[in-house]
Amino acid sequence: MAIEVRIPTILRTYTDGEKSVEGAGATLDELFSDLDTRHAGLRDRVVDGGELRRFVNVYLNDEDVRFLDGIATKVADGDSVTILPAVAGGMA
Amino acid sequence: MRYDSPLAAVGNTPLVRLPRLSPSDAVSVWAKLEDRNPTGSVKDRPALYMIEQAEADGRLTPGCTILEPTSGNTGISLAMAARLKGYRIVCVMPENTSAERRELLTMWGAEIISSPAAGGSNTAVRVAKELAAEHPDWVMLYQYGNPANPGAHYATTGPEILADLPTITHFVAGLGTTGTLMGVGRYLREKAPGVAIVAAEPRYDDLVYGLRNLDEGFVPELYDGSVLTTRFSVGSQDAVRRTRELLQQEGIFAGVSTGAALHAALGVAAKAERAGERADVVFIVADGGWKYLSTGIYTAPTTEDAVAALHGQLWA
Repeated sequence: MAIEVRIPTILRTYTDGEKSVEGAGATLDELFSDLDTRHAGLRDRVVDGGELRRFVNVYLNDEDVRFLDGIATKVADGDSVTILPAVAGGMA
Repeated sequence: MRYDSPLAAVGNTPLVRLPRLSPSDAVSVWAKLEDRNPTGSVKDRPALYMIEQAEADGRLTPGCTILEPTSGNTGISLAMAARLKGYRIVCVMPENTSAERRELLTMWGAEIISSPAAGGSNTAVRVAKELAAEHPDWVMLYQYGNPANPGAHYATTGPEILADLPTITHFVAGLGTTGTLMGVGRYLREKAPGVAIVAAEPRYDDLVYGLRNLDEGFVPELYDGSVLTTRFSVGSQDAVRRTRELLQQEGIFAGVSTGAALHAALGVAAKAERAGERADVVFIVADGGWKYLSTGIYTAPTTEDAVAALHGQLWA
């Protein structure tokens, strides 16, 4: 089993149009690095200087990771990660 | 229970355990049945409280016109109270809300002004603010910024829950005006240290018309992030799936936003179960399913069919 990562429309240029891809890692940080080896440039659109980019929301099993441990949030096989663009001045 | 008038019968709703959806004896999920209010939704609480507060402040006097942006339930609650108290009411509502909501508002005597579907509730708020500027004599109670909205939940919903379930560990509700979460959240944080306050935010994804995520962000004036412990983003598919599970497994006939709250409630319940912790998770059943019957989601053969049936309708 792997970790399913759902990709928003605006980032599907990095995944050949795929709505979801699979990756591995013990944390979100590792997961995004793993994804970047197959989808070059994707990590940079989500992560900036070791933090989540301001206008990107990431959800682990639908829970906002900013309320967990951010990019250091632990993940495991079978989890589902969703990347969504945040609205400017959103609720986060 | 006996009350001196229908308006006095707001609140004091049942709290029921869900034996089939609860993960175990140690981790229980409880539903607060707010559909048992006089007009059938949780909004009866803030609507009545906002009106009575405005009356007490002298803002609302006999013959006044009330104006409110609403996706339905608050308007229905306000319209019922307005009829009994003798006010005129004008509601601004997105055009893609269900036919039942329009019928109910009209039935209670409200006048409806439709706002464009694009932008969802945000656009309704903007249109209402423009109307308020054009009609300075109209009274906009403005549920998104009126402290009496969370005030109603601080004074009634929170104390009811804690009295019924002193061992509560998690409180889960939909994130709309944020009134329920802010009011119940503040009350429980004061009285039940360690309680988690969990928001279930509707995700307006590909399936739903709302361009809310593409529009400028709208943060209700009432929102205070420090009250929340965590936040779930729930897609239409999960909201519809949980709404159907609640009906099929527990016999509770609820609206779609309740499915979203249940999804988050089951999410925190599963985490507690995995961590070997006991939990009493309370979530809000905001309204019954009656107003969504015409979508066909309750009788569609599969969740996929039900989601397709909901396509284009604003559900939260």
